[in-house]
Amino acid sequence: MTSILTSTLKNLPNTSKWALRFSVRPLSCSSQLLALSAAQPKSKKTLAKPNMRNIVVVDGVRIPFLLSGTSYKDLMPHDLARAALLGLLQRTNVPKEVVDYIIFGTVIQEVKTSNVAREAALGAGFSDKTPAHTVTMACISSNQAMTTAVGLIASGQSDVVVAGGVELMSDVPIRHSRKMRKMMLDLNKAKTMGQRLSLLSKFRLNFLSPELPAVAEFSTSETMGHSADRLAAAFAVSRLEQDEYALRSHSLAKKAQDEGLLSDVVPFKVPGKDTVTKDNGIRPSSLEQLAKLKPAFIKPYGTVTAANSSFLTDGASAMLIMAEDKALALGYKPKAYLRDFVYVSQDPKDQLLLGPTYATPKVLEKAGLTMTDIDVFEFHEAFSGQILANFKAMDSDWFAQNYMGRKTKVGLLPLEKFNIWGGSLSLGHPFGATGCRLVMAAANRLRKDGGQYGLVAACAAGGQGHAMIVEAYPK
Amino acid sequence: MVASRAIGSLNRFNAFRILRSRGCSCRNFSGSSALLARTHVNYGVKGNVAVIRLNSPNSKVNTLNKEVQTEFMEVMDEIWASDQIKSAVLISSKPGCFVAGADINMLASCKTPQEATQISQEGQRMFEKLERSPKPVVAAINGSCLGGGLELAIACQYRIATKDRKTVLGVPEVLLGILPGAGGTQRLPKMVGVPAAFDMMLTGRNIRADRAKKMGLVDQLVEPLGPGIKPPQERTIEYLEEVAITFANGLVDKKISPKRNKGLMEKLTAYAMTIPFVRRQIYKTVEEKVRKQTKGLYPAPLKIIDVVKTGLEQGSEAGYLAESQKFGELALTKESKALVGLYHGQVLCKKNKFGAPQKDVKHLGILGAGLMGAGIAQVSVDKGLKTLLKDTTVAGLGRGQQQVFKGLNDKVKKKSLTSFERDSIFSNLIGQLDYQGFEKVDMVIEAVFEDLSVKHKVLKEVEAVIPDHCIFASNTSALPINEIAAVSKRPEKVIGMHYFSPVDKMQLLEIITTEKTSKDTTASAVAVGLKQGKVIIVVKDGPGFYTTRCLAPMMSEVIRILQEGVDPKKLDSLTTGFGFPVGAATLADEVGVDVAKHVAEDLGKAFGERFGGGSPELLNQMVSKGFLGRKSGKGFYIYQEGSKNKSLNSDMDTIFASLRLPAKPEVSSDEDIQYRVVTRFVNEAVLCLQDGILATPAEGDIGAVFGLGFPPCLGGPFRFVDLYGAQKIVDRLRKYEAAYGKQFTPCQLLIDHANSPSKKFYQ
Repeated sequence: MTSILTSTLKNLPNTSKWALRFSVRPLSCSSQLLALSAAQPKSKKTLAKPNMRNIVVVDGVRIPFLLSGTSYKDLMPHDLARAALLGLLQRTNVPKEVVDYIIFGTVIQEVKTSNVAREAALGAGFSDKTPAHTVTMACISSNQAMTTAVGLIASGQSDVVVAGGVELMSDVPIRHSRKMRKMMLDLNKAKTMGQRLSLLSKFRLNFLSPELPAVAEFSTSETMGHSADRLAAAFAVSRLEQDEYALRSHSLAKKAQDEGLLSDVVPFKVPGKDTVTKDNGIRPSSLEQLAKLKPAFIKPYGTVTAANSSFLTDGASAMLIMAEDKALALGYKPKAYLRDFVYVSQDPKDQLLLGPTYATPKVLEKAGLTMTDIDVFEFHEAFSGQILANFKAMDSDWFAQNYMGRKTKVGLLPLEKFNIWGGSLSLGHPFGATGCRLVMAAANRLRKDGGQYGLVAACAAGGQGHAMIVEAYPK
Repeated sequence: MVASRAIGSLNRFNAFRILRSRGCSCRNFSGSSALLARTHVNYGVKGNVAVIRLNSPNSKVNTLNKEVQTEFMEVMDEIWASDQIKSAVLISSKPGCFVAGADINMLASCKTPQEATQISQEGQRMFEKLERSPKPVVAAINGSCLGGGLELAIACQYRIATKDRKTVLGVPEVLLGILPGAGGTQRLPKMVGVPAAFDMMLTGRNIRADRAKKMGLVDQLVEPLGPGIKPPQERTIEYLEEVAITFANGLVDKKISPKRNKGLMEKLTAYAMTIPFVRRQIYKTVEEKVRKQTKGLYPAPLKIIDVVKTGLEQGSEAGYLAESQKFGELALTKESKALVGLYHGQVLCKKNKFGAPQKDVKHLGILGAGLMGAGIAQVSVDKGLKTLLKDTTVAGLGRGQQQVFKGLNDKVKKKSLTSFERDSIFSNLIGQLDYQGFEKVDMVIEAVFEDLSVKHKVLKEVEAVIPDHCIFASNTSALPINEIAAVSKRPEKVIGMHYFSPVDKMQLLEIITTEKTSKDTTASAVAVGLKQGKVIIVVKDGPGFYTTRCLAPMMSEVIRILQEGVDPKKLDSLTTGFGFPVGAATLADEVGVDVAKHVAEDLGKAFGERFGGGSPELLNQMVSKGFLGRKSGKGFYIYQEGSKNKSLNSDMDTIFASLRLPAKPEVSSDEDIQYRVVTRFVNEAVLCLQDGILATPAEGDIGAVFGLGFPPCLGGPFRFVDLYGAQKIVDRLRKYEAAYGKQFTPCQLLIDHANSPSKKFYQ
């Protein structure tokens, strides 16, 4: 019911369908809207639940996100994860022995360190008595790490958990073909020279063709960029709109970087190389430049290009999550509460990247909030087209009624509150590490600009999605 | 395909008038030229591009007929005359159909080959004009693009198709006994190369969009879209239009070339085709192959080769002329009439004339995981029916599950299914040894051993667990349904569903109703059958129903012929030479000699002397020696795994020798042997109609052709009587009656038709 109110309110200032027009000059249009939303009463003071422990983020860090193939290219994933853990230790000064558990998210696993959380923790000098495990859920892997931590604390199993995520796209496991692997395994078992020779005689040259990690969705064999292009087309998102949004992301990220707002970044002295201090994928360009690019997936007439997609990124993030009482007992001043969260999933073919559309209203309902209660939106930007399609989906009554089982649309997202420190398109998207970045960006933005609630949402391969409410810790 | 000259000139007059009247209004509303609403073809202008929309009213599909053509040419004339319009996009507003083909009823009204030739020439002229269009026309194809539809598309300058399962391209004319008569035989070879064009035209096969792109039949593909601002189908068509418009503009600006980059292989083939010797070799090989396959029974394929040859060797003018002339000749052949009749019959048998059932069948139970049970399971699960497959042993069940899996996996190998889709379809199948979950099924199909007591046993067992609304269907080839239903507590829910083996390949389903079967039960069974993709005939209960009953006397005659000393190979070639796809002796081996024996005994008891002829002892001896046909490795032939060539089973010689009958020379010529087999079949089929087993001759024809392999070129027993002449058939029967007696006595209905030549099964 409140959502109806919200949407009408939202529609008043934005008679033009697309707030995006103003995106290039976000500040100019945001002031009046900000004033408007600040004037609205909050529906709740806090989302604390009776008989439930409050769970807080003490702090979180990330090493700079780099284009893959740059400074991190000779490292291994656990090196990045270890750097993030060391950065967290330094930032928070948490005594290693109070950490009860460590969880990391990752997507493309290095086979040597399949439980990368454990290897990184040992290397970072955590107690060998602290257990660690690794989770995977595509682009929301570190969200899964965080919510797993929430579960451990809420159920009283742990008090202090480190959650994080890591991805190293500079190096991926490329395997021998199945035929070759089979032959090598059989050779291992062969006992006599005769057996070995007969096995070797079956060798064919095509056994040597390597097997790359799948870039395509397993169930549909469609690459994500291709699906994003179709999604954009389904929602009639134009190339220009996508390029404009990409430009906005890069411009805002550049501004945030220049103003020193990206305080979650910790420097990383890369062995044998210079110390890395900044994300290196932020490249504000011009619409003319962007318009020159050829489509990357649906050729020659698609709309998703390299420039309006998130790029292959190396990076890691880590976050210290505690029960509120424990944090206070240890003398911390937490940054934010982690509140309600949801996971959703839908058709991996045609709605692969619509997770936020489904998750956003669900998490708001769960928390008893409306769109107007949210001061900060941090959404994962896989592709410009994906973000804009989600906007359109949330703003469509037809879609809400026919696919989401809702009576009315979710509503238009207020762009002036949306990813204003940049997003995955510009900052980069190391699959397993992005979730923690989103939550820390929301927490830091709430602290910087004021406001109580942040909403974090992301889509993921497999047609899954996630959303979480982050509440600012009272100052 | 089109109007006569007089109408043609009238059109031009109309177009002219329309143009002038539009002249003034158009300037103001450049985007809204739909002001002038036509019935089938309309267009709007977007920028410099005219978007021509095909949408025939009150029909699920677009077909090309005179009206459509007239309107299309009017629209094209306007587009050519307009200064603003630089290019055009041709698109259908119908979901799932671009143009399904030319309206075949146009041919039915032709009395002479000349009339049909004229139809072809009108089409040729129209498409030639389109091909020479000074403004590029982009065909935007979503859904079926067949026959005249494809000929229309290939006359355009550029083709874009959606990569949808429903988007198929092809020239199926040969299946109707005609040829692509609107320039298809001339344009296709140039577009996709001679070998591929022959393949398309001679098989009539449907080509999916991605394959069409590889062949060069379409220039671009558009991926179908999911839900967005509109329903998926709607938005996909809109998107296709948007993409087509950008390409239309690109063609005008010369940013896009309509010429395709050919691959190395294509270039080589194209080069090879410039050598006359190579061309001759190709014609020869194709012709030999066609002769071998059609045995001279189907004139269309040879004419297609002839027409293509004329075009390539003597230039397109001669080619077009030959195309239209042969088209005219073919259109009036008996073969074409027979095939067109089958087409109509098939359309009829793809409809549920019993209306929508009260309850949709969503959960299906199948008893018996043998060849039939598993086959039925396979065609059910891939349509989304949740299927419980029950057998009595783990081994039997496992074999059935493997059969279903293999059937699906073969589709993966052919790339018509992804491995993921296979897995998800296969999860609709639950194999079990008990009746768990049967309390939820809406229909049970039993496919247990063909024995009345076994059928009774499972019927009682299953009725104890199934819900009240659940239908019990029996898959039997000969056991009367009312006898099976005798032990049922609810005979109105009992029905027969006779599937044919292999279930996933054979299109026919014979549904058998008893006096007590309720209409809703029938509606439900037909609905399930249609869902399984079957062509359905509904017949009354009786020994052998329709199909088995027709087959039995024919098989009896086959045995007599064998006893008279004709060897199985000779008999096979005589029957295939008549148009049966499988030779008579091979058919017995395929069906199973034990099954044939069983049926022969049962029906022999029911119908007496009429079903006599060959000695039942032959089958008895074969069964006792284990010669059960293909399944046991030996029957009339010897079957070896992996080998396609089968040799005669020499052990049969002693059996033949002991049962040898003297051949009667007056009825033992090759032709007589063929007609002895066929006339007994036909006579029994007509008798089924006379007895009311069959409701319509059309169902009789469909059942005979799709279930038993009656020669398609004859169109089925009833069409055969109409086209061959009832009198001639009666004469034949009388001749054989004189030699053999009652088995050949023509039935009354057949005699009636012979006595009054105006009486036809198809009016």
